[in-house]
Amino acid sequence: MLLQQAAEAVAHPLADTAARWIWLVLALPAAGAIVNGVLAMISEWHPGPFDPDPIHTGEHEIPRAPTLVERAERAAPRAMTVVEGHAPYGPEPEEEGGHGDHADEPGHTGSHAPPRRHPFLGLVSIVGTGVLAASFVVALLAFLAMRRVESDAPLVLRYWDWLPAGGLSLGASLHLDRLSMLMTLVVTGVGTLIHLFSVGYMRDDGAYARFFAYLNLFVFFMLVLVLGASYPVMFVGWEGVGLCSYLLIGFWFTDKANADAGKKAFIVNRIGDFGFLVAMFLMYWNFHALEFGPLAAAAATVPVGSAVVTAVALFLFLGCAGKSAQIPLYVWLPDAMAGPTPVSALIHAATMVTAGVYLVARSGALFAAAPAASLTVVVIGALTAIFAATIGLKQWDIKKVLAYSTVSQLGYMFVAVGAGAYVAGMFHLVTHAFFKALLFLGAGAVIHAMHAAYHATGRDEDAQDMRNMGGLRRALPVTFATMWVATLAISGIPPFAGFFSKDEILGATFAQAHGSLLARSGWLGIPGSVVLYGAYALLVVSALLTALYMTRMMLYTFHGENRTGEAERRHLHEVPWTMSLPLVVLGVLSVVGGWLNLPELFGALGPVGAMEHWLEPVVAAPAAALAGGRAEVTHGTELGLVGLAVLVAVAGIALAVALLKPSRLRPKRESAPEPPGIERVLANKYYVDELYDATIVRPVLGLSRKILHTGLDVGIIDRAFVIGVGAKLPRLFARLGSALQNGLVGNYAWVIIVGVVLVLGVFTFR
Amino acid sequence: MISEALFFSAVLFTIGVVGVLTRRNAIILFMSVELMLNAVNLSLVALSMLHGVGGQVFVVLVMTVSAAEASVGLAIFIAVFRHFRSVDVKDMNLLKG
Repeated sequence: MLLQQAAEAVAHPLADTAARWIWLVLALPAAGAIVNGVLAMISEWHPGPFDPDPIHTGEHEIPRAPTLVERAERAAPRAMTVVEGHAPYGPEPEEEGGHGDHADEPGHTGSHAPPRRHPFLGLVSIVGTGVLAASFVVALLAFLAMRRVESDAPLVLRYWDWLPAGGLSLGASLHLDRLSMLMTLVVTGVGTLIHLFSVGYMRDDGAYARFFAYLNLFVFFMLVLVLGASYPVMFVGWEGVGLCSYLLIGFWFTDKANADAGKKAFIVNRIGDFGFLVAMFLMYWNFHALEFGPLAAAAATVPVGSAVVTAVALFLFLGCAGKSAQIPLYVWLPDAMAGPTPVSALIHAATMVTAGVYLVARSGALFAAAPAASLTVVVIGALTAIFAATIGLKQWDIKKVLAYSTVSQLGYMFVAVGAGAYVAGMFHLVTHAFFKALLFLGAGAVIHAMHAAYHATGRDEDAQDMRNMGGLRRALPVTFATMWVATLAISGIPPFAGFFSKDEILGATFAQAHGSLLARSGWLGIPGSVVLYGAYALLVVSALLTALYMTRMMLYTFHGENRTGEAERRHLHEVPWTMSLPLVVLGVLSVVGGWLNLPELFGALGPVGAMEHWLEPVVAAPAAALAGGRAEVTHGTELGLVGLAVLVAVAGIALAVALLKPSRLRPKRESAPEPPGIERVLANKYYVDELYDATIVRPVLGLSRKILHTGLDVGIIDRAFVIGVGAKLPRLFARLGSALQNGLVGNYAWVIIVGVVLVLGVFTFR
Repeated sequence: MISEALFFSAVLFTIGVVGVLTRRNAIILFMSVELMLNAVNLSLVALSMLHGVGGQVFVVLVMTVSAAEASVGLAIFIAVFRHFRSVDVKDMNLLKG
């Protein structure tokens, strides 16, 4: 294998340790994706004629041998099927595997759908989850090796020449430093738990192997993204996770709404990826480097705030806004909830959407040289945080609440990395991966139980709408307890993980607003300190809203009286251990995650600033550059900020408990639409989708249809070129030519003679 | 002497060409082609008086080839006649474009 010829990374102290096996972390999920992909194809393979006999088309069907999935369905009668993930208010989705001939099988319609156990269920589960677990173990060994080694220099492993072109010689290289190590641990660790959850969640899906193939492929690309040693390698992972996101959002593609959600995510992300590409072109054009190391060195030589580096940073941030769902490109993430819930947990909460935060932290050298770009990141992040939080207040779909919460929390992370508090941003990224993955998996458990209940009685209701839930704490005690832990964590109640990370972001933003390089530079004429203080204020309000909408979600889902239905109530059951174990593990992590980076204020509780210390070699330089000259925040102020943060969180929860009464809710079917005014605006997400539809989608469609299609394509290209030059002109030549070829020997003889005479004449009389 | 022979050869050749161009009966056409071949033979023989026996050797070759051609050609005409009940070249136009 080419990978094994790991080139000369000698002399590096990590070269002889477990870190040199880091390629295994990538190779294992890739191998899992291949194995599961093959299993998926085998199980969907038809051992019979694919095409009907052309002569007898439509007269009588040629019987097609059943696929393995279909055979398994017939062999093992089992009643329950997981169906979930329909987009907003669309119709109940039909489940995957719609090979037309299902429809006429007896008993397919209604609640008693045929069971869809996958023939390779066991093998796929073991391979799919096992590769991730193994990958995590390798990452852990590399991490331990890194801890023992004193060197701060990144380990760059170049495996083969990838893009030798002119002066550019890019290698397929991995870049293992403390930042990518942290991301690798999060991706493989949380990924393993979510894979385990998927084993239970997706068990009854006919496309089980395909699901795990995509999921493994996603993890592979995510690891390429975090471990790549240059922007182009990272871009491969960046695009790869986008592809897998698309495939998994539209996993139940037989429902058009799901397929549309996938397309929306893909297309919106293209806008961001365009920014990433332009940034890379600018980098190579101006700095002649694309690897992280040389690029940081080159960026250090340009004057701070120069146009080039600002443009590069802004275009990079456009890419981040797409991938990490920030204003104005956040619209795809809520729709992405159409995918299976483990996908939402893994891709759209814990890992992929945080790639933008990682990218900004990774490009710290560039952003440090461009304070205006950093302030842009702060502004966009703060606006997104409050904007999404307000929308989250009025959503009824449990996954939509979490989706907007994710967008909002990503805004927090961007404020942090924009303000130069790279450690705070990464810290929140990690704790958010814990508690948001837990929230999504908990929501998945709720939906699983709800769906099973509705399935058992055959009622066609929305299994994701909180108005149909209520009182689930009795049926799902483990889910209830763990989700409350996560809710307290995300709200910022001490000593849960979210408190420490969020508090660090708030504190850093506040501290940065006075005297730092950022505060002294301007953003569109506004002084940086005003921007930072404003961002701080928005974040505090967002923290209140976060506590509010999360408590609302918990109250409506688990508390009060059950609204699912009389018959359904006794069918609500707790989920199997494969699903509750990840919940418990993530619950523990959500509690203790804060110990990863304790602030000095809480020094009594344990080691202070572990992550700060760990990430220091990577992010200290840009952070120091952006913070240059800032005034020290006094101990009293710091204490005040912490107190304010806790107060706001407690106030949010108390407000929600005081104001929201689950007993007033009616099931979705009986509920009236929102009253006009701000509530309806929020429930309709500020009409942003409608706005985009009217200002961008429809003009583009109109332009495409009227001018580009009717005018250019049909009018000019088709008429002039295809029909004119392509069809009519050759036909004219053909008519002339065929008139000459009349088949009479005499004519040919004449032509020959005339030709001979002409040639001879020319030679004679020349 | 040579110039008379060449003149006669040219006349024969022209008669052959005109025959090929104007007649429609395939047999006549065929005979005209033979006429052209033999006109060339005549000039070859005549010129061999000046340039050695090479021309005469060549005449033997041409006669061999024309004999082979005659056998194949006549066989084709017999087949054509069986099919069309005619050897008029105007009737043989199935190869038109």
